[in-house]
Amino acid sequence: MTGTDIAVPAAAALALGDDALVLSHRLGEWAGHAPVLEEEVALANIALDLLGQARVLLSMIGDEDELAFLREERSFRNVQLVEQPNGDFAHTIARQLYFSLYQHELYAQLAAGDGPFAGLAAKAVKETAYHRDHAEQWTLRLGDGTEESRRRMRAGLDALWRYTGELFQPVEGLDGVDWTALEDRWTAALGAVLGRAGLSLPEGPRTGAWAAGAGRQGLHTEPFGRMLAEMQHLHRSHPGATW
Amino acid sequence: MTQNWPLWEVFVRSRRGLSHTHAGSLHAPDAEMALRNARDLYTRRSEGVSIWVVPSAEITASSPDERDPFFAPAADKPYRHPTFYDIPEGVSHL
Repeated sequence: MTGTDIAVPAAAALALGDDALVLSHRLGEWAGHAPVLEEEVALANIALDLLGQARVLLSMIGDEDELAFLREERSFRNVQLVEQPNGDFAHTIARQLYFSLYQHELYAQLAAGDGPFAGLAAKAVKETAYHRDHAEQWTLRLGDGTEESRRRMRAGLDALWRYTGELFQPVEGLDGVDWTALEDRWTAALGAVLGRAGLSLPEGPRTGAWAAGAGRQGLHTEPFGRMLAEMQHLHRSHPGATW
Repeated sequence: MTQNWPLWEVFVRSRRGLSHTHAGSLHAPDAEMALRNARDLYTRRSEGVSIWVVPSAEITASSPDERDPFFAPAADKPYRHPTFYDIPEGVSHL
């Protein structure tokens, strides 16, 4: 990192680290279930990239295992988008598209600055460029594939649309980020991909009425609790064990 | 699936390598995806800097049945081999 003299804003490290950790876990659930072997490897690669990012970010502010396995649901600061269940393949790709576009634009901005996350972001931005490309490639193929694949891609995009507003709420500690410009670039990039795929931007609200503030404040959706129970089960059954 | 996901052959040129070497094969719906899958499967640890993908159907292979006429040269005709030239002094790379 860029030196110990720059204090790491804990809230920001937690937010970015939890995003990566939770999405990594969701992608890990695809292992053994992807449509083809090659896609299995691709999803696992992305999951591993994200887990690597999470480990660096959480280690900046404490013990990564304690933070991952001993926090309750209300202490997690990830956006609600990444905790959404995988659904079918198109649903997973829609989630990947929304999030990887966001993460790539955000890390590009952080890498260009000189804040405490510049070093991490400079490495991660190469990974997120690949994640983004992967999601875009599949969006094009599913959107411009068969009637069935188009229907499913659209359903995934529509179902997750209401979790995208939260992505652009300012994160405490990421002071240099221009969130409005970030959202503009995200929307433009998304619109371009969907246009090429023969799809259009979903309509409707981008935040649920009940979801104001949402994941960044520790308010999560119902499936997240079950995901955490599975993720944390072993650590909680054998506290203090080493592996 | 074999119709929509044909087989591709992957050739990778390594970081210090001079030529592309056959690395393996994979399934992909088209060339763009084949490239990306090849990147995941065969260059993940930065083994390579350049990837070629070719549909397996585009490759014509020599037949094992023709091995003798193809690959067994007439060893008893030394005039077929360029071995009767004196190499001038000072030529180091020949």
